[in-house]
Amino acid sequence: MKLLEYQAKEVFRSADIRTPNESMVTTPQDAVKIANESVGYPCVIKAQVPVGGRGKAGGVKVANNADDVLTLASQILGMSIKGCIVDKILVSQAISIHNEYYLSVVLHRASKKPMIIMSPSGGVDIEEISKNRPEMIFKEEYDFILGFKDYTLRRTYQKMFQNQEEKVSYKEFKGFLQKLVNVYFEKDATLVEINPLIVHNKECMALDAKILLDDNGLEFHPEFEKYVTSNAEETLQEKMAREANLTYISLDGNIACMVNGAGLAMATMDTIKHFGGSPANFLDIGGSSNPEKVVNALRIIASNPNVNAILINIFGGITRCDDIAQGFREGLEKVKFDLPISCRIIGTNDEKARTILKEINIPVTTDMDEAVQNVVKMAKGG
Amino acid sequence: MSILIHEKSNVIVQGITGRDGSFHADQMIQYGTNVVGGVTPGKGGQSILGVPIFDSVEEAVVQKKADVSLIFVPSAFASDAIIEAADAGIQLIVCITEGVPVNQMLKVQAYLASKPNVRLIGPNCPGLISPGKCKVGILPGHIFKQGNVGVVSRSGTLTYEIVYSLTSAGFGESTCIGIGGDPIVGTDFIDTLSMFNEDPQTESIVLIGEIGGDAEEKAATYIRQNIKKKVVAFIAGVTAPPEKRMGHAGAIISQGMGTAEGKVKAFHEAGVQVASIPSQVADLLT
Repeated sequence: MKLLEYQAKEVFRSADIRTPNESMVTTPQDAVKIANESVGYPCVIKAQVPVGGRGKAGGVKVANNADDVLTLASQILGMSIKGCIVDKILVSQAISIHNEYYLSVVLHRASKKPMIIMSPSGGVDIEEISKNRPEMIFKEEYDFILGFKDYTLRRTYQKMFQNQEEKVSYKEFKGFLQKLVNVYFEKDATLVEINPLIVHNKECMALDAKILLDDNGLEFHPEFEKYVTSNAEETLQEKMAREANLTYISLDGNIACMVNGAGLAMATMDTIKHFGGSPANFLDIGGSSNPEKVVNALRIIASNPNVNAILINIFGGITRCDDIAQGFREGLEKVKFDLPISCRIIGTNDEKARTILKEINIPVTTDMDEAVQNVVKMAKGG
Repeated sequence: MSILIHEKSNVIVQGITGRDGSFHADQMIQYGTNVVGGVTPGKGGQSILGVPIFDSVEEAVVQKKADVSLIFVPSAFASDAIIEAADAGIQLIVCITEGVPVNQMLKVQAYLASKPNVRLIGPNCPGLISPGKCKVGILPGHIFKQGNVGVVSRSGTLTYEIVYSLTSAGFGESTCIGIGGDPIVGTDFIDTLSMFNEDPQTESIVLIGEIGGDAEEKAATYIRQNIKKKVVAFIAGVTAPPEKRMGHAGAIISQGMGTAEGKVKAFHEAGVQVASIPSQVADLLT
């Protein structure tokens, strides 16, 4: 899950990482109040949306007085940025910038360690810099025994701040990195990113903030529960799936799929395309399925108006095929829909499953290609 | 020969009294796996499925010479279960549990680096099977047949799909390993490819990958440089929408790796044929 800037900055402040003086508001009137009473002028009005590119879309503006704040806040609230309607803005103290730095802590699969990525050329073009001027990007591994290695970090520190008017001490720099790493671990993040980072009064300060949380870690962090709903960019079906604890991604085709396992679900979509069809969704009902999951899955896929055929592809391992068939029986009683179904079931307890499905008149095959070819025909009205 | 597990492996199940743990322990015993016990703290001294339950992995190692452990405990306890098994002297740890936070796995990996004799497979994996000899995991035993194809996969059910079509086409497997779908796993493609390369029973290799990460690209390079046996690959997710990017940092680290096209291209450059649907794998192996 992605935290919005104001939420990530709340995390930063609680970890003693400096940010500008700022507050999140939802109305132009509150924006003026905050600017007058605590933030002061000039200030920056920033749209809080879960997508990038808000600056270029006009979602970040500088205000010099109360009239500006009222005008700009009114403009930005309600604006649509890449399909997201802005309903929250951050009113933030404007700070003079000598140089924009880039700094992040990210999960690095290859070294199996967190990696710290730094650059003295931060800002909106950081990805271009990393491609065209890779010598401006510095990387440090965070070791579980040693933490940072001083001999390499000192070199990086020199490169980061050479030729800069305003710099921080090595001690301040290392301490700041450590705070960022602490946030990474304490919050079960996979990314903690500051772009831009600036030096203000000889201290590091985060002007922007991005945190990606590991979904597997969310259960250990009830403090983020309140953000789960508000931050999600999701379709109706995706929302239903999240609430039912299923993994669902909306696609634009007309064949609904219900599959167990992410790899097989992706391969099923690939096979549908291979045979000339178009999948309406990715849906992984997961392992250890109880019948209730299947009922929910049916409810979700049948609620998508674009769907005109359903493909069930189950290869039982930890999933027991009879649980799936049982869920199917319950689902057909509870969920009303009139769509043709192509069903393929094989694996653990598949004999029992076939018996159940026969009782409710659902034809079953054991061959995936056959089931996919059938559903492609059904979707075309054949 | 097969790799990693065989008739003489002494297997225990951590979390044997849970719904999934007991079901699959039973399946493993029926398959012929030498399950010598289970571990559930607080239930030591009892028995289940005809095997003893121990309070700790250490007791199972001392009393039953356990050398392989299969983990079914809930995600909040999985990393501790792995560490317990490693400390007790278990050599092969197979973690089925899904949903383990990735930073916990980073710490587990760093800890296991000090124990070179311990191999971890998973988490979030289906386990492994050497058909006709031993099964450690949740793979449906009846679809496998003893043979000469080594199978390694990041997926669970997709592996069964491809194995089923291999078996239907007359092929059998030396060993089939699901290495797990999480970003950080104990055993990777390269470890497994190297073992298959050395294994006399394995004549050809099937590699099943998916989009995301750079494990397939690295495996392709390794195959080009080291593997003398025939390798056929399948990559799931050619039609999947682009993976959600990890901010700028993801782009800086990955530099374009992780897409299905990139992986297919890397395999082609390594002389590996890539199937476009699962059922084609068997055709390409012929």
